[in-house]
Amino acid sequence: MNDVLLNFPWFILFVPLVSALVITFFTKRNRGLSAGISIGAIVISFILSLILFVATGTDTVTSPKLSMDWLSVGNFIVDFGITIDPLSKLMLLIVTGVGSAIHIYSWGYMHEDRAVSRYFASLSLFTFSMLGIVLSNNFLQMFIFWELVGVSSYLLIGFWYERPPAADAAKKAFITNRLGDFGFLLGIIMVWSLLGSLNFTVLQEVIVNNPAALGGLATVVGLLLFCGAVGKSAQFPLHVWLPDAMEGPTPVSALIHAATMVAAGVYMLCRVYFLLNLSDSFALEVIGWVGGLTALLAALIAVQQNDIKRILAYSTLSQLGLMVMAVGAHQPVAGMFHLTTHAFFKALLFLGAGSVIHALHHEQDIWKMGGLKKKMPVTFWTFLIGTLALSGVPPFSGFYSKDFVLSAAYDANIGLFVIGVIVSVLTTFYMFRLFFVAFLGHPKSESAEHAHESPKVMTVPLQFLTVLSVVGGLIGVNHYVAKAKVFPGSEHHFPWYAEFIAPIVHAPVAALFGIFAVVVGFTVAYKFYAGAQRDPLPGKLGALSRAMRGRFYFDEIYSALIFMTHEAVAKLADAIDRWIIAGLLVRGTHGTTELFGRALRLVQTGNLQTYAFLIVAGVAVVLFYVLFR
Amino acid sequence: MNVGLEHYLIVSTILFCLGLWGVIVRRNLLIIYMSLELMLNAANLALVAFSRYNNKMDGQVIVFFIITVAAAEVAVGLALIVALYRKKQSAHVEDLTTMKL
Repeated sequence: MNDVLLNFPWFILFVPLVSALVITFFTKRNRGLSAGISIGAIVISFILSLILFVATGTDTVTSPKLSMDWLSVGNFIVDFGITIDPLSKLMLLIVTGVGSAIHIYSWGYMHEDRAVSRYFASLSLFTFSMLGIVLSNNFLQMFIFWELVGVSSYLLIGFWYERPPAADAAKKAFITNRLGDFGFLLGIIMVWSLLGSLNFTVLQEVIVNNPAALGGLATVVGLLLFCGAVGKSAQFPLHVWLPDAMEGPTPVSALIHAATMVAAGVYMLCRVYFLLNLSDSFALEVIGWVGGLTALLAALIAVQQNDIKRILAYSTLSQLGLMVMAVGAHQPVAGMFHLTTHAFFKALLFLGAGSVIHALHHEQDIWKMGGLKKKMPVTFWTFLIGTLALSGVPPFSGFYSKDFVLSAAYDANIGLFVIGVIVSVLTTFYMFRLFFVAFLGHPKSESAEHAHESPKVMTVPLQFLTVLSVVGGLIGVNHYVAKAKVFPGSEHHFPWYAEFIAPIVHAPVAALFGIFAVVVGFTVAYKFYAGAQRDPLPGKLGALSRAMRGRFYFDEIYSALIFMTHEAVAKLADAIDRWIIAGLLVRGTHGTTELFGRALRLVQTGNLQTYAFLIVAGVAVVLFYVLFR
Repeated sequence: MNVGLEHYLIVSTILFCLGLWGVIVRRNLLIIYMSLELMLNAANLALVAFSRYNNKMDGQVIVFFIITVAAAEVAVGLALIVALYRKKQSAHVEDLTTMKL
């Protein structure tokens, strides 16, 4: 590997930052130029990533040029470095590749917005932060970029900050993430205090040499690190921020809240998988069940949402749950595989939804769409393929990755497998519900009748992502990422044509159940929603449907809980202030002093003889003490 | 009976206690003043006794000095009492409570 190539990762990382700074400081007034700089930056990063990928293949590259000393305080040494291994290269390609498509699409979607420069600056800042997470070679660096990603997410969700829901959603996302990050930070501190390093390579060596290095705290450390993923990847119980984050512009939802940032949690779990996969740690079991629970809850909620972006948001939650579940089922490769394909088809779906929303003048209710097949053919077909991929119809990418997740769950725990199958059924159901209602049938509103196809700048990225969604499962992502040294064991490789039938050969039960889930979900969706004018489910399910529509009342429960906690804490603080600080300390000091003063005043009679007596008595006491002790 | 150091000391202690009793209990300033002198002389007696016991003259010399100084002190003290009496028309301690706030 030559020296020029070693500079590539630095360029990949810093070009978007330069773009963000240039836009912010110099080209804010020129909207077209700003967009061009931002798009150019990410495309450069993408091309460099591709070259790096082609040049290094599955190698893990280490070089002193990829790291520099950053902080060193006593024995606390942190470097600012870059990891180049299959895991990070895969993520590089996803972030820059999908990111490029979305950046280009954004120009079409946002070009009427007055603050488009600010939008592209934030987008570039986000790209920089996300690439930082991907390339970090130590925990502290990752944590800093982790927070930066949180900030850029905040900026982009609250892009239309003059609308109260967007501003609130931005705050909610940021604060909810902080909760998880707090645990993550504690986990990082524990890792440092127990293992004495933050560098991933060093940590892995320590763990390999001494698997019991974490001792009895292995589970605690694992779960604290997982807290970070719970926040960022919106797992139960911190999942509430992601659906609200849909207040941001749709391309942002596609890039940040579907394809890349929310995947950071899963990526982080894979990166530190060696810290989780310890014989005396139960962290993975908990992770698996949290993932499964999230997947199930979110899929149920998605069934009864009517906002096209919210359906996709809950679907994202559900798929993230599946990825986390795969990691918990001791198969992080499956998690990464699903992450990759999901990034393709979910970005596609969001962009397709954005195209529809754009064409219908910001109408997001699926019951006001319909009849879009003729009017928006490109969006229609690409969206259909995205739906098929997400549902897991063979041979689209979703089938292969979801099958891998299901077979991992099947090997690990039959309960998780059942959850996985149910989630698959629900996924197919809500996706075809969305598809039938929003795209087929008759136009259900004025704006749907006058819809027209989006411009090329928006449809080309859709087509690009469609190609990826179709072939994503067959290009060997899973074999590639399995080469990363952070995962134990290696996988055997077989030729590309064998990939078509690999799932059925390797895990027939999982594959058959996967296909069965698709068939069931599709049939039910067809029966209920083909040509439906209104939603028939509320009538059939009653209270359950209302609960789903109300998102199982998590927000209400949380706000009540937060209110109660606040109230309790306030009451406690008030009691402490009133009784201990003001009562005991302040008034106590004053009272005691006064009491002593009153008592001592009695002694001051002014009578000479009393004083004389007291002096003699004092002398007698002192004498007694000196002589007889 | 052989008279030793402790006998002198016992007498000295008794004199001291009597003087102290007088200072604490009596009301008339003059009597209190006399009692104070008694305490002083009890101390003198103890000094002389120790001096004799140790076969050194230091204690007796100090006693002479004490008596001399005490004479001067008595003169000053009596003058103060007379001045106080002139001001308050009383020589009783109950009437002299200006030390009380």
